[in-house]
Amino acid sequence: MKSTALMSAAIVMALLFAMSMTQTHAQREIIHEERSQYRDVVVTEFNDQRCMLFNVHRGDMNQTCIDLRDPKRLVFNYTKMSFAGLLINPDPKRILVAGLGGGTIPMAMRDLFPDASIDVLEVDQAVVTVAEEFFGFREDEAMAAHVVDARVFIKRAGLRDEQYDYIVLDAFSGEYIPEHLLSKEFLEEVRAILTPDGVVVANTFSSSRLYDYESVTYQAVFGEFYNFKLPGSGNRLILATKNELPSPGSLRSPARELYDALEPYGVNLMEYPPRLTTRPDWDTSTRILTDQYSPANLLN
Amino acid sequence: MVILTVAFLNGFVIMSIELLGGRVLAPYFGSSVHVWGSIIAVFMLSLSLGYLWGGRLSLRRPGPRTFGAFFVLAALLCLPIIFLADAVMTAIFVAVEDPRYGSLLTAMLLYFLPICVMGMVSPYSVRLLVSSQEHSGGVAGMLYFVSTLGSALGTLGTSFYFVLWFDINTVMWGCVAALLLCAAVVLGTCRSPSLPETEHSAAIPEVSP
Repeated sequence: MKSTALMSAAIVMALLFAMSMTQTHAQREIIHEERSQYRDVVVTEFNDQRCMLFNVHRGDMNQTCIDLRDPKRLVFNYTKMSFAGLLINPDPKRILVAGLGGGTIPMAMRDLFPDASIDVLEVDQAVVTVAEEFFGFREDEAMAAHVVDARVFIKRAGLRDEQYDYIVLDAFSGEYIPEHLLSKEFLEEVRAILTPDGVVVANTFSSSRLYDYESVTYQAVFGEFYNFKLPGSGNRLILATKNELPSPGSLRSPARELYDALEPYGVNLMEYPPRLTTRPDWDTSTRILTDQYSPANLLN
Repeated sequence: MVILTVAFLNGFVIMSIELLGGRVLAPYFGSSVHVWGSIIAVFMLSLSLGYLWGGRLSLRRPGPRTFGAFFVLAALLCLPIIFLADAVMTAIFVAVEDPRYGSLLTAMLLYFLPICVMGMVSPYSVRLLVSSQEHSGGVAGMLYFVSTLGSALGTLGTSFYFVLWFDINTVMWGCVAALLLCAAVVLGTCRSPSLPETEHSAAIPEVSP
């Protein structure tokens, strides 16, 4: 009796599961698959949203989405949040973005700061190809996409004494973490190419044990930094500077000045300053990640 | 038994060092697919030549002294990975723009010699263990079995646990210690009757190569 009940429950579950699977397939139309040396890149469309995905078979999250009705408007919270660095440096001249995705961050930066030069780093040529073909990413004389490992590019930039005043670190896709982009030595190399008034904006891990490890590692290199979370969003961004952080009070006037410019992107800059805090909410006794000790994938 | 044990440890150490190699090179050349390609290619090349030269060496007066010397030499050749890796990679990073060739050159400089010597262990072990031609296949099979099993466990242990517990260089020191232990065991038992095969096998006339 009991086993029959269990059996029928299992069958119902299996049916429900199968239905939900067919539903997701009906919802999501795959419009392109690009073969990659790393992970094949898939472009899907649904509800006027076009998204870039890696590892579609494992139900991976979207890497980037654009709103086809309003391509300017940023879809993801963390993408919007990465503009919080403008509160610290409101007028960047040399921008470095590690991790291309669909290219939404560099394209918005290009619109906002037409005179800035922008270097985008992306390890996977397939991502660059797809960003250009399906997400409207365009290189120009002042914006270049480099197919290179971010660590290699940044180390070389340091040797050439190059400096950037706005650095976005967004090279983690969630699936596999490039551990050499999370170590103290890497962040020291990033700090070395930062101008005195520059800012580093890092999209980091907000859950998992890595939160503590990453926090203490940033702390070790940059000292005090702004921790930035928005309610209802699972993301945490770190805003760090080479020298002392500007006071929380000084962030309000750039927020007011840039509010109108950023509004079309769906970025409400005015709500950001009160969300920035320097108060540690992590275990400060956690071990710092170094090139010698970087088991990020095992900690995730 | 002694020979099988050291062959096991040798296999373990080889793959542990290979796994760590990716982490050693990543700060200079990234962790893209090319870097792993370089490391794996260099390890395969080193092992293949090690097998060849180890087999050749076993043709002339094979004995536990030479066998023990392999482990001492391998341990010493691992030290530059600990002490010189950063200097070597800094120089190559500046000289070679393309991270594919930079990582290939680095992997050759750091890993070719120690892994080559570790590769010599396998054929030499076969020579020390084989007492008659009809048993040679069984002996070789047993040896491949233990050394490759060691490699499997070295891979798993390093990637699942060692990198979580220790610094890279601490694990490297562990590998050096394991190799020296192998040398001590081989040389320590060399005159005792626990290795009768060696005396015996040394007397066997050379098999034509």
